[in-house]
Amino acid sequence: MIAILDYGVGNLFSLRSSFAAIGAEAVVTADPKVIRSADKLILPGVGAFEDAARKLRESGLDLLLKEEVANGKPLMGICLGMQLLFEKSYEYGEHEGLGLLRGSILPFSGKIAPSYKIPHIGWNQLAFEKDVPLWKYVKTGDYVYFVHSFFAEIDGVHTAATAEYGIPFTAAVAKNNIYGCQFHPEKSGSVGLGILRGFCEAEGSQC
Amino acid sequence: MITKRIIPCLDVKNGRVVKGVNFEGLADVSSPVSLAKYYSENGADELVFYDITASAEGRALFTDALREVASQIFIPLTVGGGINTVEDFDRVLKCGADKVSVNSGAIRRPELISEAAKLYGDQCVVISADVKRVDGVFRVFAKGGRENTGMEAISWIRHCVELGAGEVVVNSIDTDGVKGGFDLEMLKAVSDAVNVPVIASGGAGCIDHFTSLFKEIPEIDAGLAASIFHFGEVKIPELKKALADEGICVRI
Repeated sequence: MIAILDYGVGNLFSLRSSFAAIGAEAVVTADPKVIRSADKLILPGVGAFEDAARKLRESGLDLLLKEEVANGKPLMGICLGMQLLFEKSYEYGEHEGLGLLRGSILPFSGKIAPSYKIPHIGWNQLAFEKDVPLWKYVKTGDYVYFVHSFFAEIDGVHTAATAEYGIPFTAAVAKNNIYGCQFHPEKSGSVGLGILRGFCEAEGSQC
Repeated sequence: MITKRIIPCLDVKNGRVVKGVNFEGLADVSSPVSLAKYYSENGADELVFYDITASAEGRALFTDALREVASQIFIPLTVGGGINTVEDFDRVLKCGADKVSVNSGAIRRPELISEAAKLYGDQCVVISADVKRVDGVFRVFAKGGRENTGMEAISWIRHCVELGAGEVVVNSIDTDGVKGGFDLEMLKAVSDAVNVPVIASGGAGCIDHFTSLFKEIPEIDAGLAASIFHFGEVKIPELKKALADEGICVRI
């Protein structure tokens, strides 16, 4: 069973439906018991980093999440959920994230030519950096759907795929049992469903 | 590279797709789910569902249909029609819509845009404007293009973006239904005025019209059309291949 963490951020309808479409049992929950009994965790998120990080802390789910990940349970962050995995974000100030991955979240603004519109909205191509379970059913060059104004720096340790929007940026991360997608797999058609399927089949690991 | 998007628009009344859809091999041509699935499997990058129902019962049927589509189709869905309050946003977002387009509701009360953008983010709020030339000036029309608001269109659209609209749909009443091509002059004027994605609507009749749209105004992000897709006059896979052959970046 997959637990989609419900900490009051975003609309989880499509995410839950997309797991149903690939035959995986997924529940939207904030219940620690359910989260502990789940095989895998999804950290969703849309909106502002500061607000989401605060809600995650206030719910106490941040500590539970870190504990479960330390026990080797696979976790995937999606969109803002991926950004929250990092140490900090410079989205309107400086805010602390979960610190499961090293690095920072930076704004596109000021780093790309003014002809590039912000947010980066639309279908863009993945370039794989690492061979990870997420890519089992998809290939480098496949298109996925992005909606974001901030991005994670590329890093030789955790970057699993890059995409380009004026500059290359981190499109997906993978480190041990921690995964993340900057794009929305639940809105990326059959490619997105393939990525979720790959995550469903990922094995747990010991950190 | 980010791609140019091709977006079919479906009119829905009482939960069923209306305005003559004509597909071979599609048993139920007025089922929103069958059509959405057809388009999603045939290259559409996004879908727009436009609720043309006026009654509360019809609205409830629309949200039921939307929920069913969203549980089976995994590409971005935009919903428009009858959006006047943040409660309307909430209603369709809970059923799986990703973006909500506002038109007359924002003309009546522009704060609707800022209220919704604050709650759901700019990326969720689409301003759709019906624009027509009156004595050489672009004017905004309300009520499905029947009523001249007197507002100058470019400054209205710019104002909506300042209030938090994250995307703009420009529907040219002058070229709509004529199938003579998109309104390049109007679209260029809007593109120059805002720095959020602009979606062109109104006037597409053939593949070449999309090619010239993206070639002549590279800032345009997407092309939207209805009947030419529904009647199979333009098939999206062929359209995308033609665009790619012209060096325009599309998702194939």
